[in-house]
Amino acid sequence: MIPNSLQDFNLGYISVIVFMIVVAVAGTTLISVGVLIRPKRPSAMKSIPYESGVPPVGRARERYSVRFYIIAMLFVLFDIEALFLYPWAINFDGFVRRGDGLFILVEMLLFIFMILLGYVYAWKKGALDWVF
Amino acid sequence: MFSPARFFETGAAPIVAPEQAVNPQTDPLIWFLQTFITLFVIMNVVLVTMAYQTWAERKVIARMQLRHGPNQTGPMGLLQPIADAVKMLGKEFVVPREADKPVFMIAPIMSFIPAVAAFAIIPWGDARSEGLLGGWIRPAIANLNIGILYMLALSSVGVYGIIMAGYSSGNKYSMLGALRSSGQVVSYELTLGISLIGVLIQSGTLNLNDIVRQQQASIWFIFPQFFGFVVFLISGIAETNRNPFDLPEAESELVAGFHLEYSGMSFGLFYLAEYISMNAIAALAAILFFGGWAPPFDIVPFTLIPGPIWLFLKFAFFLFLYYWIRSTLPRFRYDQLMGLAWKVLFPIALANLVITAVVKLIGVHMGWWV
Repeated sequence: MIPNSLQDFNLGYISVIVFMIVVAVAGTTLISVGVLIRPKRPSAMKSIPYESGVPPVGRARERYSVRFYIIAMLFVLFDIEALFLYPWAINFDGFVRRGDGLFILVEMLLFIFMILLGYVYAWKKGALDWVF
Repeated sequence: MFSPARFFETGAAPIVAPEQAVNPQTDPLIWFLQTFITLFVIMNVVLVTMAYQTWAERKVIARMQLRHGPNQTGPMGLLQPIADAVKMLGKEFVVPREADKPVFMIAPIMSFIPAVAAFAIIPWGDARSEGLLGGWIRPAIANLNIGILYMLALSSVGVYGIIMAGYSSGNKYSMLGALRSSGQVVSYELTLGISLIGVLIQSGTLNLNDIVRQQQASIWFIFPQFFGFVVFLISGIAETNRNPFDLPEAESELVAGFHLEYSGMSFGLFYLAEYISMNAIAALAAILFFGGWAPPFDIVPFTLIPGPIWLFLKFAFFLFLYYWIRSTLPRFRYDQLMGLAWKVLFPIALANLVITAVVKLIGVHMGWWV
């Protein structure tokens, strides 16, 4: 018999973890099996970063546009808000059938209204425009 | 025993409560053996589908451009994917001077694992049925109750491989490609996530198999959720960095983007990951909006065709759509791309969600809803 602790963990998750391990092993094998047949002739010229044939100037890990940081921040804000909508959407069906539908809908409309306030603010501030 | 009609059970079946959905097999040894066999079958199906998808893509796009496409290796060029794989295996693995070597080596695997792992929960047939050969080949590796969340999580994790590759290469083009890609993937992930909430309100579950069953019992979700579907499709194409949203690897600006410094099979893994995640999005679109493994009508000529074939047909339709879009539309500019996600798709997805909720509330009260 499969132990109860495993049953509780829902055997599906174990299969998924096993699958991920098998995929990782397969990926590593695919990369490393070529060692047997591929050439290995490193040279100084070959290891220069490729910049369309022009000798590279400066380093690659320099400063970059602040827009990327803003997008990352907006993503974190709005994605967490979207995440709160998931449990609500799943349970909406049950609430509606129990007759509490209007209450929970209004609650969530208030929440979405607050998301929209932040969204309109970000838009008006120009955070959604790539170029000012 | 095997019969076409019972191949993963396509016929109409009542919706069962989740508690009854557990695998009936209780012997751990047999259960693990079945898992391993299912796993290898599904992994091979994923890899072979991906290989022949590249062939199909070249052929379809060639025909759209009045060319022949690959036709030298084998009949109709059918051996082309194998020739490509052998070529990639035989190429030298060059580590550039500026590279951060350990990260550079791990990045392709980091991008490969989440792409393939998404296929662990795609149900190829009714995941509550026994499966093929008396349970030895199950319709899905796992029938998780958090299906959609799992898919979204994997599509987010996929971006780590891209950032690691771009950062560790020590190349300006790679770095730019990785930054663009991460900005694009996180923006479209948001719209992808919100566009699915309409489906969740309708179905009331995150389990992919139950969503298919509900569509079988009522109607394909593309009809009530048309706007959700459109947002999902656009976000899905952008999420996998395909044309016309292939900014991260815009050949004319960035040479190849984040995988510019990769050669040989390491490049091959990025290529595999990109195509497999594209397959996963196509399969997800087929499952969430086009009824997955369920036949379109529960009448005789349709129910005779087994579930995996229905899923494959719908999946192939979406792949064809990808090729069609790729050969039709020019590439976006980066500010247009971001504007589309944040200023167009985000409001549409939110509106779709609110309207779905209101219609469901009214519908249940008036008794339209089953």
